[in-house]
Amino acid sequence: MTSVREWIASGRHAVSDRWHDAPRWMRWSVIAAVIVFFYALPNREFYQWLGPIPTTGSNFGQVLFTVSIYVLLAVGLNIVVGFAGLLDLGYFGFFAVGAYTVAVLTSPSSDLKTLWPWLLALPVALGLTMISGVMLGTPTLRLRGDYLAIVTLGFAEMIRVAATASDFLKGQRGFNQIPHPPGTHADGTPVFGVLDPRPYYWLVLTLIILVVIGVRNLNRSRVGRAWISIREDEDAAQLMGVPTFKFKLWAFASGAFIGGLAGALFAGKQNFVSSQNLELLNSIIILSAVILGGSGNIVGAIVGGGLVAYLIERFRGIEVLGIELYEYRFMFFGLVLVVMMIFRPQGLIPNRRRAAELKDRRKEVMVGG
Amino acid sequence: MGETVQQPTVPEQAGAPAVESTAGGREPLLEVDHVTLRFGGVVALDDVDFTLYKGEILGLIGPNGAGKTTCFNAMTGIYQPSQGEIRFRGQRITGKKKHHITKMGMARTFQNIRLFPEMTALENIQVGADAHHKTSVISALFRLPRHRREERDGLEKAKRLLDFVGISDRMHDAARNLSYGEQRRLEIARALATDPVLLCLDEPAAGFNPAEKEELLQLIRKIRDQGVTVLLIEHDMRLVMGVTDRIVVLEFGKKIADGLPAEVREDHRVIAAYLGVPDDDVA
Repeated sequence: MTSVREWIASGRHAVSDRWHDAPRWMRWSVIAAVIVFFYALPNREFYQWLGPIPTTGSNFGQVLFTVSIYVLLAVGLNIVVGFAGLLDLGYFGFFAVGAYTVAVLTSPSSDLKTLWPWLLALPVALGLTMISGVMLGTPTLRLRGDYLAIVTLGFAEMIRVAATASDFLKGQRGFNQIPHPPGTHADGTPVFGVLDPRPYYWLVLTLIILVVIGVRNLNRSRVGRAWISIREDEDAAQLMGVPTFKFKLWAFASGAFIGGLAGALFAGKQNFVSSQNLELLNSIIILSAVILGGSGNIVGAIVGGGLVAYLIERFRGIEVLGIELYEYRFMFFGLVLVVMMIFRPQGLIPNRRRAAELKDRRKEVMVGG
Repeated sequence: MGETVQQPTVPEQAGAPAVESTAGGREPLLEVDHVTLRFGGVVALDDVDFTLYKGEILGLIGPNGAGKTTCFNAMTGIYQPSQGEIRFRGQRITGKKKHHITKMGMARTFQNIRLFPEMTALENIQVGADAHHKTSVISALFRLPRHRREERDGLEKAKRLLDFVGISDRMHDAARNLSYGEQRRLEIARALATDPVLLCLDEPAAGFNPAEKEELLQLIRKIRDQGVTVLLIEHDMRLVMGVTDRIVVLEFGKKIADGLPAEVREDHRVIAAYLGVPDDDVA
């Protein structure tokens, strides 16, 4: 058992080392191939060759859209939790702000009756989510650890309750006829229609790439260093001249921006937003995805978000001994998390340094025992 | 040890020639003005009053629990004095934010090392160098020219400082994987990266063997020669006597002596409080 694990670990290290030693052009071509693969993925002509990967119980393009939204959310939450080390349990609240802002401004069922096009509502939604991030952060980022977690949890619940109870936000009836993103084909049919989910997926995929480039730039600058120093030792960071509060707010605002973007995209695709979309479970799923993938690592967050969302959908329509597996999806999910925490607490694709730390610790324990 | 350092850190060196030990009439850099600090009923600092002059190495000594680290913490903004005030470069720093005080030119190390363990040695120093950088989130996001210029400067400075404290070969190792002595050196380099005028070292030699202490002594002198004023908390009497220009002695939160090392060594109150206990300097 141990030897198998070590064998896998050494193999993974070899891959990781080879990746980091590989020439730049080789790495770029691998990345390019991966990107092309994901752009091609929703086409039946392509995915029919992929065996059991496409989902059977639901439209694969639709599943991929959902997965891509979760990936976006995981990348955003990774900034807050993984980089800055702020435990945010209410991240989905920002998704809600984004989706609802679009809904209120564009839907004919909204009291405002502004009927804006989606693209006009998008920047407003992004601005408002960032503001809500700052508004939530200003009083709460003085708190640390558990306290921050509780307050952010409260924030997401407040938004859900407000959306359910307020007439303005339409409760469970929700907003309908939210317009789609703009664009028409040469023959006059809209690019973003009702039937084909693929254009939405491609749109989100493109935005994920842009967001990842941006987050990577931030991570490799003084901003990223400030975030990590705050995670490592907030007091020491402050004494080394890091304006910690300012950078924690930025972490919240950047995370919120990405969450709001995901919400606005969701609203533009779904056409319908109601308080039923706002379960607390979503916040927890995204957090688990970040931890599963490897907190503090952008690729880890992408893999975690993708895997979690995909596996949940993959269970749909599968019956074993007359039991609908989908009904038990969260049980399996919980099980996987428990197993992960025992065998691989650093996540699937961890931050390199954190992996080293956990490995050393195990060595120390072994020597000690 | 790196010998190739050209003026690593000090922003303004004008008027700071090599200073003779205790010549009078020099420019005060830090004034601790009758500071009292209470925690509930406990008086941690009781009317402590001393001045640190530009260019000197001042030792702050005293038995365990005398209030040395508390004094550091009050200076760097962690605690607010209950009475009195602290002035740095003529400005009142009581009530100022910690990172502002750092920006004004005061940097410190910690008694129990507090590096950023998962960051590399280089990144640790870059965090210090970032204290004076002005790159905004937007310019980092789009990699604008200012970002690239400041990144390059910060990296260069970090490498220079690693060389200065003599741990260049550990550049890309996580701070937590450095040896104890290397971590102490890295902490000093990180503090120097903030371009301090005043460097406060909190027991930098704790846990060192005599050879390492000797190297540290040389490093401290080298830092002073760059024009940085040094405030040194230390237990090891030999180290303090060997390197400091002046010594302030605290006991139970009160200042009991202030003067040249030779004077302080003869002071009967100091002997009674501190030196009189033969085994004390072993700690």
